[in-house]
Amino acid sequence: MREIDVRRIEDTIYELFLSACCEIGEDVLSLLRSNLEMEESPFGREVLRQLIQNDELAAQRKMPICQDTGMAVIFMNIGQDVHLVGGDVNLAIESGVRRAYRDGYFRASVLSPLERINTRDNTPAVVHMRIVPGDRIEITAAPKGFGSENMSRLWMLTPSQGIEGVKDAVVETVRLAGGNPCPPVVVGVGIGGTAECAMLMAKHSLTRECGTPSSEPVLADMERELLKRINGLGIGPQGLGGTTTALAVHIEQMPTHIAGLPVAVNMQCHAARHKSASI
Amino acid sequence: MSKIIHAPLCADEIQTLRAGDSVLLSGTIYTGRDAAHKRLCALIGEGKELPFDIRNQVIYYAGPCPAKPGDAIGSCGPTTSYRMDAYAPMLCDRGLIGMIGKGQRSQTVINALTRNGGVYFAATGGAGALIATCVKSAEVVAFDDLGTEAIRRLTVENLPLIIAIDAHGGNLYEEGPDLYRK
Repeated sequence: MREIDVRRIEDTIYELFLSACCEIGEDVLSLLRSNLEMEESPFGREVLRQLIQNDELAAQRKMPICQDTGMAVIFMNIGQDVHLVGGDVNLAIESGVRRAYRDGYFRASVLSPLERINTRDNTPAVVHMRIVPGDRIEITAAPKGFGSENMSRLWMLTPSQGIEGVKDAVVETVRLAGGNPCPPVVVGVGIGGTAECAMLMAKHSLTRECGTPSSEPVLADMERELLKRINGLGIGPQGLGGTTTALAVHIEQMPTHIAGLPVAVNMQCHAARHKSASI
Repeated sequence: MSKIIHAPLCADEIQTLRAGDSVLLSGTIYTGRDAAHKRLCALIGEGKELPFDIRNQVIYYAGPCPAKPGDAIGSCGPTTSYRMDAYAPMLCDRGLIGMIGKGQRSQTVINALTRNGGVYFAATGGAGALIATCVKSAEVVAFDDLGTEAIRRLTVENLPLIIAIDAHGGNLYEEGPDLYRK
C-alpha cells in the first residue's frame, strides 16, 4: 500500500491545467506545420499560419491558446495499491481546477444548465476515474472547448449497417459540423459498448498523442481511410474551403450488445489540449 | 492585399465588400454572445432602450479571458456564430451592420444581411492570443453580471478578418468548400 496525499493530486492538476491551456503539444504543432505544407487553399494556408503563430505566442506569453479554456475534463487511473490520505480527493481535484483557472487568468465558462448562472470558478470538473493495477496515479488534464463539443454526435446504428455504416456516420458528423468546430479538427470515435461508454471512448481517444495510429491494425486502417475521406470534404481550415479539415482520426472500440452498434463521435478543435503526469 | 476598414462601418463601403475579401478592421466594436443577445432582444421585445446605440455598429461574438495585469484583455477569439442566429435578424433590422464570428449562418441571417446591407466577418477561431494583440482597450458597457458574457466596447487595430457573407448573398462557407471537395 502506497500513501498519496490528495494535496499532491491537487497540485498536479493545477500544474497540468496551467500548462495545457497555454502550451499546445508538439504533436499538434507538428501536424499544423506539415499540413501547412500540403494545404491547397490560400485561405487555408493563411489560417494555418495564424494558428501556428497563435500557439507560439500563447506559449511564450503564458496566455491561453484559445479564450475557451473549456470544461476541465480529467482522466485519472488510480492504482489499486494506492491509499489516498489528507482529505476528500474530490474536493482536492476541484480545488486544483479552481486555482489553475484563477491564477492562469482563464475564462470561467461553466454555469448551471437551465438557470444559466455562472459558477465563476470553472468548477465542477468532469472527472473520469478508473481503478487499475499498481501503486501510481496517472492524471490527464484535457480542457474541452464547446465549439467542437457542440458538434459531437451519438449514432445508435443497427448491426446490419456494419463497418461501412460506422465510417459513413463519422464522415457525416464532420460534414454536418462544417466550420463550426474550428477545423482542422481531431475526430475522436468510440465504437461499441453502451451509449455513454461509446462517447467516453471517443473522448478518451482524444488524449492519445495526436496522429499516433491505434495499436489495433483494423482501427489504424480505418483511421487512415477516414482521415482521407474527411479531408476530401473540402471544408478546410475554419470551414473556408481547403484540404485540411482534420489533423487526425482516433478510434477506440470495445464489445457491444448483439442488438447494437453504437458509434460516438467527439469532435475536438485544433486546440487539442491534453497534458499528463504520473505520481 | 487586405483592405483597411474602420468601425463603426460606413454603409456605402459595405456594399463594396465581397465574400472572400481579406480586411484589417480598426476602430470600435462591441462584444456580445449568447446571454447578452438574449437580453438585448428581450429589451427590444419590451420596447426599452438598448444599452448602446447599435446603428452602424459591429458586434463581435466573443467572451474573452480575464486580462492579466497590464494587458487590455485576455485571449479573445471568436465563438461559433450559429447560436446567435435566433437573435441576429432582430438586431440587423434595428441597424446593426456587422457581425464577427466563426462558422456558417442560417438563411434567415443571410436574408437580414441582404435586406439591411450588412456584412458577416470570419475571425480565426482558436487564435485567441493572437487576436488579443489587436485589442487596445476594453471596457464593460452592459450586463456586467454576465462575467465574460458582458457587453464590452473594444478598441481594435488591424484585426485580420475575412468577409464570409456579404451584403449581396455571397457566402464563402458555401463557395470555399465547393472548390476543394473531392
